[in-house]
Amino acid sequence: MKEVLLVSIRSSTALNVILILLFILTACSGVEPLTDSSGAREAETDSISRDYSEMETLYWSRVENSRMSFVQADIDFMTDMISHHSQALIMSNLAPKNDASHAVQTLASRIHNAQQDEIATMQKWLRDRSQSVPKVQIEGLMLMVTVEEETPEMDHGMMNHDTMDHQSGQNGGAESESDMETTDHVSGHTMNHHDMPGMLTQPQLEELAAATGREFDRKFLTFMIEHHQGAVFMVNELFESDGAANDNEIFDLASGIHAEQVTEIDRMKLMLEEMEVE
Amino acid sequence: MNRNTLNKRIGYNPGSHIGIIRNLLLMSLLMVGFGCVSSEITQDEPQTEELTTTMIPITELEQPSPDPRVGLTSGLFDAEEAIWNLDLVTNVLPPENFVGSWNTDLAFKGNYAIQGNYNGFIVWDISDFAKPQLVVDYLCPASQSDVSIYQDLLFVSGEGTGGRLDCGAEGVSTAVSEERLRGIRIFDISDIRNPEYISNVQTCRGSHTHSVLVDPNDDENVFVYVSGSASVRPEEELPGCVSAYPEEDPNSALFRIEVIQVPLDNPEMAAIVTSPRIFEELTAPPRHGLAPEELAVIERTREEGRYVVDYMGQPRILNDRFAQLFLEQIVEERGGSGDATAADSLALKNQASELYTSWMDERLAQRGRGADLGPNQCHDITLYPEIGLAGGACEGYGLLLDITDPINPVRIDAVADSNFAYWHSATFNNDGTTVIFTDEWGGGTQAKCRDTDPYDWGANAIYSIKDGEMHFESYFKMSAPQTSTENCVAHNGSIVPVPGRDIMVQGWYQGGINIFDFTDPANPVEIAFHDRGPINDERRETGGSWSVYWYNGALVNSEISRGLDIFELIPCEYITQNEIDASNTVNLDYLNAQGQPMYVWPSTISLAAAYLDQLERNRELDLEKIAMIRNGLEVAQNGSGLELLTELASEVRLMADYSSNHSKMMKLAKVLDDLGNGA
Repeated sequence: MKEVLLVSIRSSTALNVILILLFILTACSGVEPLTDSSGAREAETDSISRDYSEMETLYWSRVENSRMSFVQADIDFMTDMISHHSQALIMSNLAPKNDASHAVQTLASRIHNAQQDEIATMQKWLRDRSQSVPKVQIEGLMLMVTVEEETPEMDHGMMNHDTMDHQSGQNGGAESESDMETTDHVSGHTMNHHDMPGMLTQPQLEELAAATGREFDRKFLTFMIEHHQGAVFMVNELFESDGAANDNEIFDLASGIHAEQVTEIDRMKLMLEEMEVE
Repeated sequence: MNRNTLNKRIGYNPGSHIGIIRNLLLMSLLMVGFGCVSSEITQDEPQTEELTTTMIPITELEQPSPDPRVGLTSGLFDAEEAIWNLDLVTNVLPPENFVGSWNTDLAFKGNYAIQGNYNGFIVWDISDFAKPQLVVDYLCPASQSDVSIYQDLLFVSGEGTGGRLDCGAEGVSTAVSEERLRGIRIFDISDIRNPEYISNVQTCRGSHTHSVLVDPNDDENVFVYVSGSASVRPEEELPGCVSAYPEEDPNSALFRIEVIQVPLDNPEMAAIVTSPRIFEELTAPPRHGLAPEELAVIERTREEGRYVVDYMGQPRILNDRFAQLFLEQIVEERGGSGDATAADSLALKNQASELYTSWMDERLAQRGRGADLGPNQCHDITLYPEIGLAGGACEGYGLLLDITDPINPVRIDAVADSNFAYWHSATFNNDGTTVIFTDEWGGGTQAKCRDTDPYDWGANAIYSIKDGEMHFESYFKMSAPQTSTENCVAHNGSIVPVPGRDIMVQGWYQGGINIFDFTDPANPVEIAFHDRGPINDERRETGGSWSVYWYNGALVNSEISRGLDIFELIPCEYITQNEIDASNTVNLDYLNAQGQPMYVWPSTISLAAAYLDQLERNRELDLEKIAMIRNGLEVAQNGSGLELLTELASEVRLMADYSSNHSKMMKLAKVLDDLGNGA
């Protein structure tokens, strides 16, 4: 069953994106492929003989469990970074149309490819933890982030919610299982966006969209450096939060974003400087 | 040296060597008959029969088509598999405490393989490739738990925020804590069945990976280079950790690696001795091999008569503004005035690159670019002490380091590539004339081998090294498109010691493993592979080959979720039994992922036979001569012609001039000499 409620349309001066919050209620679809013991293969030797299906059951239950230790700062990071990355997609989409140089087009398509994949990973991370999942829709310069929310089943099988560490949400955005089980979705949720560093304002996006050729290159590099610096700031903030980034998936993702974007910042600075002196 | 001078110097008589070799050939006919594997020679009239070969140069062989790695069915422990030119000897699942936790890198000592895991480390006895035995499963969680060995010491990397000094699994719940371990754990493994946790070295950014460096001139210490990629921990947790930029605080933990000194008599005293800033003043701009369309544009422009300059090793079109400016300079320099002449245009054509480069350098220097700090950490540093070099894969750069003074590594060259997201690791060929850098685009957990992902992204970049400078040769990537639920990108591997060839085995996460030949660095060729279907075909789960290394005849693969695989090479069109036999004469006492050993092949019959196979495969010597030498070898192998080997060696030296691979002939001659001398 899907029920779509349009709860608010706001033009956020902080984000300068049109943020439409849609709450989509979906029945929990039992995302996790728990074990399928049918395909156990025969062990090859006596000494390493094992019950593969038993091992597979153990494997998936461990994986499930490892996904259950997170804090609010983790959720906020993932949720915010999805929107942050989405703006990078908007910017990168412009490069081919606006006659960017080959080098900038290469860079832009790399950024697009990388951040689009990371958005999917962050969505998966949230979904795996039964959190609200921002969905992204881009039309030209418009970014629409809709929130897909899973209604949890009463019984989550192996999921161990006792280990969840819910801090009180700074902006009233913390969602607990009990919140999600209430029917008051309209008042109970706002997306936990605070001022995200490095996000372009809508006029800046329009300015970028209006530029072509060399001018586009210059603006793209300038804005993207700022945008990336914002993402790096957000990663640092995550690591400064108590108990954050403890789970491997978020640690790897956040460290990966940090490493890749720091690298790209340096690369873009060089490209920009070369342009400026030429 | 031309042939005449050579002939004169050694009194060469073109007829004589054939005589001796013919005698050898006839002797062998009488005594042992024909044993030649690859050449077809009939017993009748061996001298006149036209010899043929079934061996084909590897660049001309056809790869399997359709690629069997595409469309494999999924499964955690029962995925469909594709294998080509390899034998999967065995697969063992992780011990129970490690199931569901990621396996990471490998180190080897004697008959043991030590496998890192996010939960600790696992020791396997791999004396019998078919039956690896579990020796120890040591629980001590930390990411990534990359492991290295030196003598009785085991080093383990800890980077994640959840690692604990007491090896507890409960993680650390506060941002500042006395219980947290981020850095290097040191274990005493003198009794490998009972590893003893003896000390730690805490570092500001933790240890993502590390490299162990043995200084040939220092037998009292071993050094560990630590690379951290995570953010700097708070000063309240570890005093002295400063996350500010170096211009704000010279003690910054950014832009440096850490060198730990470990006294072998007293490893508990291991400590950081220096934190060199090997990245300072990097100015190499991003560049990459040009795409065909870019090259076409440049060619067209050149034909139109416009100026094309070479800037940082790459062609670039000189715009009219620059052309005008430089022409004016040229006119001025010759003391002329007014419009430029045809001679001036010609002068510009010759000098354009130089003028443009100095213009750019000057302007960049004016802007303070010379003081730029470049990347702020290295992912991996591969140490190759025998040649005094290290390859640093450091964010946006590949660095070549001089490590003759281990405490003070010095950068001697740097390359950047705009196709490379993230320089991850480096591997040298055995001679140190080629270096391969990998690009771990997406950090290893993303699917970057889909048919929509470019071949040169998330790939290897191969550089030749000449006079301390790196020159781009080619890209290489596992080419079978993988699904979007398979994390896949270039990852860790090592050189397979096939003498006379540069061959690497490499892990590509869920892209499986492959082996490729990069003897010609401009034309790498895949020669073997193994791949499993996705863990799950509906959603991406992290898995696949973290790393695969050659170790004393085994290709040992650390599979992130499926345990440990052991493969062996099998003879095929791409590699002969002789070449495999020769590779198996190399014996290592230990191996670390980021410490590259120099392979040395003892002089054996199989080494000579491997060289002969290569001369035949690559059409580097005519078949009659190859057949003659092979038969000489065969006589010697039967013990009756040992004294002839020295003579055969001199004949091979004389024949070298008839070969298109002079140096291989000389190597062959040396092997024959050694064999003849009973070495």
